[in-house]
Amino acid sequence: MAENKSSNKVSAFVRREIGRVAALASLVVIFIFFAIMRPVFASWDNVSGGILMSTTVIGLLAIGVTFVIITAGIDLSVGTSMTLVAVIVGKTVMAFDLSVWSGILLGMLVGASLGAINGILITMLRLPPFIATLATMKGAQGLALIVSDMKPVLFATDVEGWDQIAQGNIIPNFPNGALILFVAAIVGSIILNKTVLGRYTFAIGSNPEATKLSGVKVNRWLIAIYALCGVYVGLAAVVLTSRLGSAQPDLGLGYELEAIAAVIIGGTSLFGGKGTIGGTIIGALIMSVLINGLRILELQQEWQYVVVGVVILLAVYGDNLRRRRAGDTTV
Amino acid sequence: MSVTQLLSLSSVSKEFPGVKALDKVHFDLNEGEVHAIVGENGAGKSTLMKILSGIYKKDSGEIIYRGKSVSIPNPHEAQKLGISIIHQELNLMPHLTVAQNIYIGREDRRIGKVFIDNAKLNNNVLQLLKELDLNLDPKAIVGELSIAKQQMVEIAKAVSYRGSVIIMDEPTSSLTPTETESLFKIIRNLKASGKGVVYISHRLEELAKITDRITVLRDGEYVKTLITNQSSIPEVISLMVGRKVDQDQRPTSRNVSSETVLKVEGISDRNLLRDISFELRKGEILGFAGLMGAGRTELARTIIGADPKTAGKIYLHGKAVNIKQPSDAVASGIGYLSEDRKRFGLLLIQDITFNIILSSIPKFSKLGWLKIRPAGGVARDAISQLKVRTPSENQFVKNLSGGNQQKVVVGKWLTRNCDVLIFDEPTRGIDVGAKDEIYRLLTKLSEEGKSIIMISSELPEILRMSDRIAVMCNGRLTGILENKDASQEKIIEYATKFSDNSVVAH
Repeated sequence: MAENKSSNKVSAFVRREIGRVAALASLVVIFIFFAIMRPVFASWDNVSGGILMSTTVIGLLAIGVTFVIITAGIDLSVGTSMTLVAVIVGKTVMAFDLSVWSGILLGMLVGASLGAINGILITMLRLPPFIATLATMKGAQGLALIVSDMKPVLFATDVEGWDQIAQGNIIPNFPNGALILFVAAIVGSIILNKTVLGRYTFAIGSNPEATKLSGVKVNRWLIAIYALCGVYVGLAAVVLTSRLGSAQPDLGLGYELEAIAAVIIGGTSLFGGKGTIGGTIIGALIMSVLINGLRILELQQEWQYVVVGVVILLAVYGDNLRRRRAGDTTV
Repeated sequence: MSVTQLLSLSSVSKEFPGVKALDKVHFDLNEGEVHAIVGENGAGKSTLMKILSGIYKKDSGEIIYRGKSVSIPNPHEAQKLGISIIHQELNLMPHLTVAQNIYIGREDRRIGKVFIDNAKLNNNVLQLLKELDLNLDPKAIVGELSIAKQQMVEIAKAVSYRGSVIIMDEPTSSLTPTETESLFKIIRNLKASGKGVVYISHRLEELAKITDRITVLRDGEYVKTLITNQSSIPEVISLMVGRKVDQDQRPTSRNVSSETVLKVEGISDRNLLRDISFELRKGEILGFAGLMGAGRTELARTIIGADPKTAGKIYLHGKAVNIKQPSDAVASGIGYLSEDRKRFGLLLIQDITFNIILSSIPKFSKLGWLKIRPAGGVARDAISQLKVRTPSENQFVKNLSGGNQQKVVVGKWLTRNCDVLIFDEPTRGIDVGAKDEIYRLLTKLSEEGKSIIMISSELPEILRMSDRIAVMCNGRLTGILENKDASQEKIIEYATKFSDNSVVAH
């Protein structure tokens, strides 16, 4: 009896985790492939400075988007919202001579507000998430240009330690940007799996009507979830300005699709109710490893795009196949 | 008269991970015959149908069709052989016309095979409908038809493949008695033209009227095939559940306390409900009877705040409560169990534990942190208390049978510790044996002091379970009867008090 129970647990675990295991395996395979082709690829300099650093911004956005996609929603605004946060933080930090920590906090707050606006549009006005966040994507893009007067906001070099947010090394040889990403991922994973907010994220994505009739204030929680996504957007904005040394008002559009791609490659279902932060991070890493490796192989940029497209198809198709074999028809 | 065998299955088995869905099942069907398959949920009826219609592949056994051994690897092959299936949930495109639905994917084309020949399409369908004696307009938009008419479209579609076997899964589950009669007429026509019909239904009374033979399955195993006019409903039931079940029962007179728990005063809504008032006592089961569309589900949804009310007050334990959304109702201790469990009750892609704690998550958390361990314990307790048949509390709810899913919903509200439970059609789609369990559960809950509103369209169920019976008609409450004063005839009298034409404003 006890044996039966534990074997049940094991098979349940395998069923639950097989998506992530497969994603991790493909990441390792791709990595080894590039390392064999060009040994320089596997050097710590390339791994930390090239791969990890370029994963940070997309990775942070993707963590936020994971929450939204598990509710069966979508957030197209994360790219340009990040830009808007960046210029607002830049302007404010300069105007009030804020410290690094206040700047980081401000970024997360502004990001949360923008996210909450998405949540309010979706719940109060009952707009489909696709439409609501398409509108805020364009709105944020415009506002970022207006606030910045279409010029880069050069503030980061004036604030002591701002460049260290992403580029410093609290852990020797390990860039802070990557550290922030991994800590943010662990925090995100804890929120998703151990808190009420996370539980309602899965519930809403599985069946919003049943969740509502079970006495859950679905609208309120959805706003909170979009706001949480915004917190990650704010963090991404801060990290991006630290890396670039400035806030660029025309940089950000397109990041939302990269983030969504990372989430999907990581095995989160676009239909809601299923997904993991760990998978998302693996998804983001797969994309940066590919781009970095292909660049080192000197494959032309246009072909890099094609390869990424194919990888997205393969990842989702593989996931479908696995689920169908497991008798799971709910994709 | 010689009998031609259309279809014969022998020793067909099918296994899913951890479940033996079918174990060496036999079944055969003759020309001009209606052969019923009955069994409790989980008995293997749907699996058998899905094998016949090519959705699942059998693991072993043989299917013989018109004397030849065949394999049915996919639905297309089933159709080519001449086996059509009409699912319980109709698969029609609501925005297309009757004719377009019937010939979807097989339209006649003209001018270089680009354009659809609509005139010919409508003509063909008209012919077909005439042949079947169906009163339908080929150009009518399907979404605007009644469920009964939509079902006729499905039947016409099945016949249009010119197959000889038609499988009907619970065809009468959403039909009125009159509509059911006309369906039977159509089935008799099909019989007369030599088709074989596989008929699946929970409504055993229907079997005597329409079927020639009845095959009983239990737990994936073949039990027996009966000849309908040589058997009785109790016999079928006892074969299905493996023991004897009482049919016509009334509650033993119980002591319901005089304490009023829920008082509803003058509730109206925008469309249907008019000035509804009633009281629910502690430990009482108050049945709500009425015809389809009488407004019982609407009343329940209005009480719990899922739909807005335009007038009226709700009191709980003598205090007025302001219920504006479902979370207010749940906070006041009112739980609603919808008739459509999959849509309004369950998170199908999550496990039992998740579903059980869904409405009590604040109870299983502290400052936003989940306490997962106790949740698993509570789920295990609920599983054993409610006798949910499942390997563990980590089982996904979509893998459970209808009766077990219903128990999970009940478990959710028990965990929330609600005083008032509104059951909307608690036994819909649930087989006889599991029904009994649900009845015992309702009785036990009421004895423990829960107050229960039970909406049901099955009068024997209403009479068996209710202490009092509220009857609705056209959005009004037309009477509340004590069980001892109630009879099926009396309930129907109240339920048809206002026929559609005679509603007078007052």
